[in-house]
Amino acid sequence: MFFIQLRDLFKSYGPVRALNGLNLEVPKGSLYGLLGPNGAGKSTALRIICTLLAPDSGHVEVGGRDALLEEKETRRRLGYVAQDVAIDKILTGRELLQLQGDLYHLDNKHKRKRIEELIQRLDMHEWIDRRCGSFSGGMKRRLDLASGLLHEPELLILDEPTVGLDIESRSVIWGLLKELRNKETTILLSSHYLEEVDELADEMAIIDKGKVIASGKPDDLKKELGGDRVTLRVREFSDEVEAESVRKLIKNINGVSNVVVNQKQGYSLNFLVKSNEVLSNLSGHLSKENFEVFALSHSRPSLDDVYLQATGKTLMDAELELAGKRDFKLENKKSMR
Amino acid sequence: MITTNPSVHKEKHSRNDVNEMLQETSALTWRLFIQLIRRPSTLFAGILQPLIWLLLFAALFSNAPIDFLPGSSSYGEFLGAGLIVFTAFSGALNAGLPLMFDREFGFLNRLLVAPLSSRSSIVISSVIYITTISLLQSFAIMATSALLGYGWPSLGGFLLIAITLLLLVFAITGLSLGLAFVLPGHIELIAIIFISNLPVLFASTALAPISFMPEWLGWIASINPLTFAIEPIRMAYHNSVDLREVLINAPYGDVNGYSCLVILFILTVGLFFLIRPLLNRKLA
Repeated sequence: MFFIQLRDLFKSYGPVRALNGLNLEVPKGSLYGLLGPNGAGKSTALRIICTLLAPDSGHVEVGGRDALLEEKETRRRLGYVAQDVAIDKILTGRELLQLQGDLYHLDNKHKRKRIEELIQRLDMHEWIDRRCGSFSGGMKRRLDLASGLLHEPELLILDEPTVGLDIESRSVIWGLLKELRNKETTILLSSHYLEEVDELADEMAIIDKGKVIASGKPDDLKKELGGDRVTLRVREFSDEVEAESVRKLIKNINGVSNVVVNQKQGYSLNFLVKSNEVLSNLSGHLSKENFEVFALSHSRPSLDDVYLQATGKTLMDAELELAGKRDFKLENKKSMR
Repeated sequence: MITTNPSVHKEKHSRNDVNEMLQETSALTWRLFIQLIRRPSTLFAGILQPLIWLLLFAALFSNAPIDFLPGSSSYGEFLGAGLIVFTAFSGALNAGLPLMFDREFGFLNRLLVAPLSSRSSIVISSVIYITTISLLQSFAIMATSALLGYGWPSLGGFLLIAITLLLLVFAITGLSLGLAFVLPGHIELIAIIFISNLPVLFASTALAPISFMPEWLGWIASINPLTFAIEPIRMAYHNSVDLREVLINAPYGDVNGYSCLVILFILTVGLFFLIRPLLNRKLA
């Protein structure tokens, strides 16, 4: 059973298309990771699910209800931890949680009990009565997470929850998410940290250019690659012609698959090998055509390899590429109510 | 222990919309007052500025011929009503700033993602807060005027002042909240506040009667909403409060006390209907 279903979602900010026919199904009670570079459309999708943003077209279902029509009921059922922590600097942490409790109409007794529980669980007791303006990024994020959980939501949505956090805060948040994963809460988490999604997510989707390009369990996605990941350079800086020649050569080797030329990394070649034997014969195949092995690395496949396989570039390269294209001013303006 | 039990969760929610709205509105209002208590400088500045004006302008024009000031025995007494209204007007004009900052810093999203019984709570809390502050500041000016010997209104006069100020504050607060949603940022809102504040004051009967003004300025002053608030308050300082009395000798005709209040009421309701679709759209 799916708790969230997104169908054919489209959303544009002026000339920039943020979502381009996004389809997503998040099973109930799972921790679902959305992986993609900044600017891929993750935050836009989350904001639509949270009812903060209306799509240009498409269907959004949360907990079996149409979230675009039953907005208030949808809001009641979800907790949202935004990418940019929005707290009132003048209030203390406790006052902010009390305000949050009132916005979700908790009665006083239950509100106080929940606040104390969360203060203990997120280890906030030492600083919760200080003004939020004095908090570090990690403290703010923990407070924000507590706000999102205060009303015991069925669905918790976290947009890049650990960006820029210290190790202690990240560890506290990961611990809590793992704890929640074992209960009834459905968690949808966006991240551009591969290890975060790999560590936490039961299932995941990779988003690129506003649509899902791969989805499933992280281990299954890695297994689907069909072998170990190899990165090869025949020269420190190859050119396109040379890289293409090598690609043509090795793609015909038995046991080699998914050969991709990575332009951003000096025309290195990324491919999969089924066994170590294939790898050990590789230099022989190359030398026959007068190519040498300048550098070669061999690893178990990671989610970055899954991303590379699907898009032809690494996540970091995609980040850099998109960073130059985004119009943050326009995005901020459009997202501001 | 962190728990998330949806069925228990649903029971905990009160289904009483009125109670829910009261709870969220009082929480949002209290947040604004906490901000004020911890950063009281804006409150004091709002009181000090008109007080300084009262002292300086009253001294500056202390030798002005009294004949030009209808119904007043000194310029300080004449000026008092204008500064009471100006204080309320300035305070209400700033009403949009907290909301604008909430928009800019993303705090508004925190409110909008919550299952508020009515999103009007966000606006109502701002109106309650600004009205309280504006009235507080205005009464501080009244008290200082009394201490300076410029008089104190009767009970009926006090009631008239309260009603007049409430109408003006509601109207200007609505306008400011509307601007807070229309304008792209706080810089633009502050610019509008700066640009409009003093010209609106000078183009009213706060500092001088219409008879003292050139004709073109007299026309502007006699359609300026501040004038419709100033003159009933000026009358409230007289011994008898009679709303049938002509308060403004405008170029287009005489305006009595009732008409002043009706005009302010129409302005308030008109502005409310003008900004309502905007607020509905922005808070939808």
